[in-house]
Amino acid sequence: MFFELTSNAIVSGLLLGGLYAVASLGLTITFGLLEIPNVAHPTFIVLGAYCTEYLNRLGLDPVVAGVIIAPAFYLGGMALYQAYYASFERRGRSNTLQSFTFFFGVALVLQVLLILVAGVDLKSADAAYIGKSLVLGVIRMPYRLIVPFAVGLVVGLGMWLFLSRTRTGLAIRAVAHDSDALRIVGLSPTQAKRHAFGIAMMTAAVAGSALIVASPVDPFIGAQYIGRTFAVVVLAGMGSVPGTLVGALVIGLLESLIITFVGATWAPGVAFAALLACLAIRPSGIFGIAR
Amino acid sequence: MRHISRRTFGKTAIAASALIGAPAIIARAADSIRIGFSIAQTGGIASGGKAGLAALEMWRADINGAGGLLGRQVEFVVYDDQSQASTVPGIYAKLLDIDKVDLILAPYGTNLTAVMMPMMKQRDRFVLGQFEIGQNDKLQHDKFFEVAPWGPKPGDNWCRGYFDLAKRQGYKSVVIVNSDAEFSANAAAAGGKIAEEYGMKVLSVQHYTPNAVDFSGILRNVNAANPDFVFVASYPVESAALVHGISEIGIADSVQMFGGAMVGIQYAQQLESLGSALDGIVNYDTYVVAKTMEFPGIAKFLDRYKAIAEKQNIDTLGHFLPPFFYAGGQIIAAAAKATNSIDEAKMSEWLHHNPVDTIVGPIKFGADGNWSENRLVWGQYRGVKDKDVDQFRSEGKQIIVQPEALATGKIEVPYKKARA
Repeated sequence: MFFELTSNAIVSGLLLGGLYAVASLGLTITFGLLEIPNVAHPTFIVLGAYCTEYLNRLGLDPVVAGVIIAPAFYLGGMALYQAYYASFERRGRSNTLQSFTFFFGVALVLQVLLILVAGVDLKSADAAYIGKSLVLGVIRMPYRLIVPFAVGLVVGLGMWLFLSRTRTGLAIRAVAHDSDALRIVGLSPTQAKRHAFGIAMMTAAVAGSALIVASPVDPFIGAQYIGRTFAVVVLAGMGSVPGTLVGALVIGLLESLIITFVGATWAPGVAFAALLACLAIRPSGIFGIAR
Repeated sequence: MRHISRRTFGKTAIAASALIGAPAIIARAADSIRIGFSIAQTGGIASGGKAGLAALEMWRADINGAGGLLGRQVEFVVYDDQSQASTVPGIYAKLLDIDKVDLILAPYGTNLTAVMMPMMKQRDRFVLGQFEIGQNDKLQHDKFFEVAPWGPKPGDNWCRGYFDLAKRQGYKSVVIVNSDAEFSANAAAAGGKIAEEYGMKVLSVQHYTPNAVDFSGILRNVNAANPDFVFVASYPVESAALVHGISEIGIADSVQMFGGAMVGIQYAQQLESLGSALDGIVNYDTYVVAKTMEFPGIAKFLDRYKAIAEKQNIDTLGHFLPPFFYAGGQIIAAAAKATNSIDEAKMSEWLHHNPVDTIVGPIKFGADGNWSENRLVWGQYRGVKDKDVDQFRSEGKQIIVQPEALATGKIEVPYKKARA
């Protein structure tokens, strides 16, 4: 029985970590690399979930729906950065408090729009695999969590390749490191940041589809993910994509083991306990700062 | 630039004030009865708040259409409390001292009512509670009345029916699963006490923080304990995750009965989305379409409500909350008509001694302002089809198994068999 409980707890934790990873990857770019505290990111994930739900009602698989809406989110992300740039960065007023206020306001407006357009009831997605499990010996893995886990890995791998192997990706990392140097070589830091925001928002679309596969959503559920996603990014090492994946999996794993052997009430504290422990031992996070 | 004299400024200010205040003055002159309350239109419990407000507006339209209450039109002064208890004291102070409303309804929900009740008791005001639990248990405010059918001393007793059913079935052991939120934690604590009182063994209490999505670990712990039955007190997101979790992880053969106080699966969205996965669950409800619950006016109300709900994007089934919010209006109207006044002391006195006929049946209040008898029903989902909310508009998919007086069938056990 102990082996069964432990092995299932480990697998469930890793799967849950996949969901946390996909929810955090956008922040790895905006907060981890660009140092812009986009607290609206979880609300954009909820928007992604609502768009997914709409397309799912038309018969599309939730994950496919997430991919379809991603380009629109990319454009939306670019527009969001442009608004932020015009309001703050261009005027040299992009300090943390003002950025935080701006994105908090964006999150509130978005939440109200969701309420007005879609109502306040829970929304769920429908797919043949929801409610079923993959059974491997004594281990049962819910597809409801396998799918977000797989999405998290794919998005994480894609983002890592993009940031390390493409010119735009390298430009985004360069702007995080030294925007003046980027300007000297003839590239526009604003353009690079605009792309970065677009990509971060694309991940929100896909994360939304993963979230609604895992559980129903309402317009307010984004607030549940703010602390956890920021904790993952800091724990990972600011801007590190592999670190985000590992950090999210570690938090998921610890939460699951705590739920099984200690008590579920303690589980949400795990993210912050792990963060504090990591910062005490290794202040730059698991993988170090990646800018 | 021309300077404005102090007198001119004063006159302009008075004129502007009069202009701004005119609509309010005219409205007051019309001598309407003003009922004030806050209700969640945004935030975590907004889905219930919006459905409740829709029902209250239906009552207001009906009473005004019939010539008003005591010949006066009824007007609502409503604020959105954003589902946050911190907003409530300010709103109710404004309702009493600035808006000077004639009658007060409590906010929707326990946490929000908790913070306004001391003020109402202190000012000795009439209050109609809207789905709070146990907030008058200690205060014993004699002008408080609750619309929900929890019954006397609800803090300790509202979920007793589920345990009565378990006792009748001869079950001896239970696992309690609950969210660490006010309503669920209170239900779990009350359930634990009742189980003890009935000589049942509480094998374990599995509690978790709100909005958890993965219940694999908790369900494995439930299975490892091999209980006779499981009492769950969860909120909507968690209820859905738990129902999915059972399909994914499975449930121990020992479990005869599963459910209890799962919030959310009473609403159209979850009934439609969870569909056949609900089969076998025994859960609380306030109203179920059944021969034993055919009250005058309820069917017509639900038909009218459905059309409104579809327009407003709210719970289209409307069994759980809306009829009781509407009944709240009927309670006020009955007391006002019987006493021919909106004198709160007279209305309260009358309500303590007279039953009121409503669309949810006759309501008789006990000394603590709650229904004199607990009339919650526990229904078992049977043969539920996927993606079909309309199946719940007629009898047969939710078999009432408790209380015996309203039962429409016997419970099917064990849970695994009932699920199949």
